[in-house]
Amino acid sequence: MKVNVYVTLKKGVLDPQGKAVAGALVELGFKGLRGLKIGKFMELDLDVQTAQDARKLAEEMCRKLLANTVIEDFRVEVEG
Amino acid sequence: MEITPSVIEEHGLTVEEYRRIESVLGREPNIVELGIFSVMWSEHCSYKSSKVHLRNFPTKGPYVLQGPGENAGIVDIGDGLAVCFKMESHNHPSFIEPYQGAATGVGGILRDIFTMGARPVATLNSLRFGSKDNPKTRYLLGGVVAGIAGYGNCIGVPTVGGEVYFHESYDNNCLVNAMTVGIVRKDRIFRGTAAGVGNPVIYVGSRTGRDGIHGATMASDSFGTGGEERRPTVQVGDPFTEKLLLEACLEAFKTDYIAGIQDMGAAGLTSSSAEMAARAATGMEIDVGLVPRREEGMTPYEVMLSESQERMLLVVKKGSEEGVLEIFRKWDLEACIIGRVTDTRRLRVLDNRIPVADIPVDALTEDVPVYRRPSQRPKWQDEAISLDVKSIPEPSDFNAVMLRLLSSLNISSRKWIYRQYDHMVRTDTVVLPGSDAAVLRIKGTDKGLAVTVDCNSRYVYLDPFTGGAIAVSEAARNISASGAEPVALTDCLNFGNPERPEVMWQFENAIMGMKEACVKLGIPVISGNVSFYNETSGHSIYPTPTVGMVGVLKDLKRHTTVWFKEEGDAIALLGETLDEIGGSEYLKVIYSRDAGLPPRLDLSVEKNLQDACREAIRAGIIRSAHDLSDGGLSVAMVESCLSPQGPIGAVVDVPSGNIRKDALLFGESQSRIMVSLMEKDVKKLGDIARSRGVPFRVIGRVGGSSLNINGLVVLPLETIADAWGNALARFAG
Amino acid sequence: MKFGIVVFPGSNCDHDCYHVARHVSGQSAEYVWHRTAGLKGLDCVILPGGFSYGDYLRTGAIARFSPVMAEVERFAKKGGLVVGICNGFQILCEAGILPGVLMRNRDLKFICDSVYVRVENAKTPFTSSYREGRVLRLPIAHADGNYFTDGDTLKRLEDNGQIIFRYSTPDGEVSAEANPNGSLGNIAGIVNRGGNVLGLMPHPERVSEEVLGSIDGRGIFESIVRAAQARGTHLS
Repeated sequence: MKVNVYVTLKKGVLDPQGKAVAGALVELGFKGLRGLKIGKFMELDLDVQTAQDARKLAEEMCRKLLANTVIEDFRVEVEG
Repeated sequence: MEITPSVIEEHGLTVEEYRRIESVLGREPNIVELGIFSVMWSEHCSYKSSKVHLRNFPTKGPYVLQGPGENAGIVDIGDGLAVCFKMESHNHPSFIEPYQGAATGVGGILRDIFTMGARPVATLNSLRFGSKDNPKTRYLLGGVVAGIAGYGNCIGVPTVGGEVYFHESYDNNCLVNAMTVGIVRKDRIFRGTAAGVGNPVIYVGSRTGRDGIHGATMASDSFGTGGEERRPTVQVGDPFTEKLLLEACLEAFKTDYIAGIQDMGAAGLTSSSAEMAARAATGMEIDVGLVPRREEGMTPYEVMLSESQERMLLVVKKGSEEGVLEIFRKWDLEACIIGRVTDTRRLRVLDNRIPVADIPVDALTEDVPVYRRPSQRPKWQDEAISLDVKSIPEPSDFNAVMLRLLSSLNISSRKWIYRQYDHMVRTDTVVLPGSDAAVLRIKGTDKGLAVTVDCNSRYVYLDPFTGGAIAVSEAARNISASGAEPVALTDCLNFGNPERPEVMWQFENAIMGMKEACVKLGIPVISGNVSFYNETSGHSIYPTPTVGMVGVLKDLKRHTTVWFKEEGDAIALLGETLDEIGGSEYLKVIYSRDAGLPPRLDLSVEKNLQDACREAIRAGIIRSAHDLSDGGLSVAMVESCLSPQGPIGAVVDVPSGNIRKDALLFGESQSRIMVSLMEKDVKKLGDIARSRGVPFRVIGRVGGSSLNINGLVVLPLETIADAWGNALARFAG
Repeated sequence: MKFGIVVFPGSNCDHDCYHVARHVSGQSAEYVWHRTAGLKGLDCVILPGGFSYGDYLRTGAIARFSPVMAEVERFAKKGGLVVGICNGFQILCEAGILPGVLMRNRDLKFICDSVYVRVENAKTPFTSSYREGRVLRLPIAHADGNYFTDGDTLKRLEDNGQIIFRYSTPDGEVSAEANPNGSLGNIAGIVNRGGNVLGLMPHPERVSEEVLGSIDGRGIFESIVRAAQARGTHLS
């Protein structure tokens, strides 16, 4: 079962990387940029039967390791 | 918002303190004012429990240009230059989020230095983690080291030295103390003063978010078991922005625009504005509506209490606003005028011109509550120091004991750590990490600086007075063994809950011991920090008054390292080995005991030893010098043999007299320095030692491919190199 | 001759390079702000180490769009000498002025240590003071120094003698144990096809004075001075 995991900084937590990259885009002349946040994307291939199990397992992995829940949120997407 | 008893309690204020606030204001405070009082009256900002004791420290000296009370202390080093330094703790944030906690700790202490006009030239750190068997230790170690590296490497200030110890008393409360040293021209020192009524107040650096709100009160609060839930208040560091801030500030300091400057550290905008006004005996009016924000909908309370990193508050001379703003714009930094200096001696806060707080600045700074808290010798102290030495059998196989010691986490090489720190950037690091002290050159002069941090908290636990005196003495010994003259120290006093009389007893006695050593060795305290409430569920850490010290080498060429240099050199011991194993690392590693009295310390003996060592180094006859500390003579020998230039063996035979063999090999008697020198210089060294009344004896010779101590420890260099060199890396992975 | 040391936001070895160029090599030197468009009067441009733009997104990814980089590219095309040290090397690769990329170190950690590198080609303007095969002890300080490129490019680099330094043992043996960061072919430094642009991960400016314990890196600066003086006139 394929699962996509998105890890992003919690709302309100400073994102130095996003800030610097946004500044660079503006410098390069791009218009219309309101905000930019940088996070991580992970593809998991899980050996489980149901989408429910996949979500449960992936969320557990996020809480334990994939996300630093002190400063990061995660979102789990189970594919098809 | 209504100020109810529970709101007051949540702000960490007692009923009496709240009454006092009412009487200062002549009315009830509103919530913004309550927030401001709560952070300024927190232990972290106010030093309310420590103030009466800190006054005991000697803080003056012929070279002291700035003592405690500013962002950092400053000492004159001649040639029109001065050295500026301070140490600070970031213990609680690092336990909650080790990477960001340690990173922002480094960021904060760097700002304290460059706000004084100094360019930071070196950073050091002192770390304490729980026992190796605690599963969290490895995670905290890895995170803290990576955080220090991440911040320091990026900003380009070398991390040149430090210390790290593991002990179960830190299992639920690690210590992260960071020290920064900077160089400043004597005539270009800046201070945190809001001078000049009518001068504009400028905010520069990162935008303000909801970071670390209540961080200052958090640092003054013990952890309960739910400590991990306090997480959202941890700040994230941005070393890139701080680098820009550093360069922009240093550029601004070259102009005549700046009247005063202070970084926004703990308690952010609140403490910087109040403290600057208090120091200048002026007042300040600021409009939080003008403060750049990262988030929408922030209240004046949040803006005033935010601890967002990488921000500074400037007071600039009227008419120079545009010039200042331009410098910061050049460095892609936000800068804007948010207020002005007044003559009211009040801190007045507006929110888009509507008043939201109005407080006398003295009530936030000078006139904070001060407590002389009760102190009492702990009941368990007698039991802790009792040690029946006869019950400790002498080992039969000293080689095995030696290898166990060498591969223990508190003795083994720290290379796994400092390899992650850029310790060479700025090309001033003449002696790299691993020696007694790091040595830095000062470009454009013949001078150098020696820097070190030190504390043996087991000694302090067993005997706070002696332990405090040893922390100062050993730091000074590290400096002296490098050839430098100690000039001043900074400290970071990490203790448990001051409301416990036992903790206060440790605190008072440690300070008196430190003071005694400072006075005797002639070393003033020029800055420092107190971190209380290092306890979890009632368990305090070992009292850890960390000392950071700086020494000056008038002639940089005359510096020494711990490493043996040439085969055939004589090895000599300055000082006397006593029959002492109490409080030693040996006793802990081999017998799992933290017991007995720490080694004795006679400060006149100590002073003579250090004077003799420096004199010999200045005379150019010393090839290596190493202070004997944790693990005693045998561990010092190993460290001297394992030179980064390639290992080199040694054979020594120390007359044991009547003392135990384990005390001879592993005892930690104070006031000892092992040196190596050419045979032809032995007589000269003997003369110097005798003239100062320092015991002196040639004990052996450098050379060969093994280490041989009295025939008791006989080990090939590869064996000791592997045991000592790889233990920490094996643990940390 | 005259060195120009580019200052990007976040450069932190700019002062160190200036110090060696000006005070150790005794040449003229000036800082070049990253917004500058123009490299007039310079013989050699140094892109120093550091963390330009915090190393955010990818090392060198943002700095390579700084206005000065277009000038550096023009300067290099005309044959001007360009040296990228550490972060400077990363920027040159991102800008496509040098081939390849510098990936995260094999063990994912920042490494600050002294390593040995062997001089693979002494017939360049950057290495003429060294003997071919000489082993230098140079400091490295990076988290992303793991050089990688595709097989064809690697072969071209090898065939053209564009690999200038390889990590080696103290005896000059290029082996896996001597490779600190996992670099392909133990590559520590390369030049462009024209031989006038050098990128290297080690920091020669940190070992150019006796007081720092070694002068192994000074040869690079000496070679540059010699090459620039032989050319006589400014290129720009």
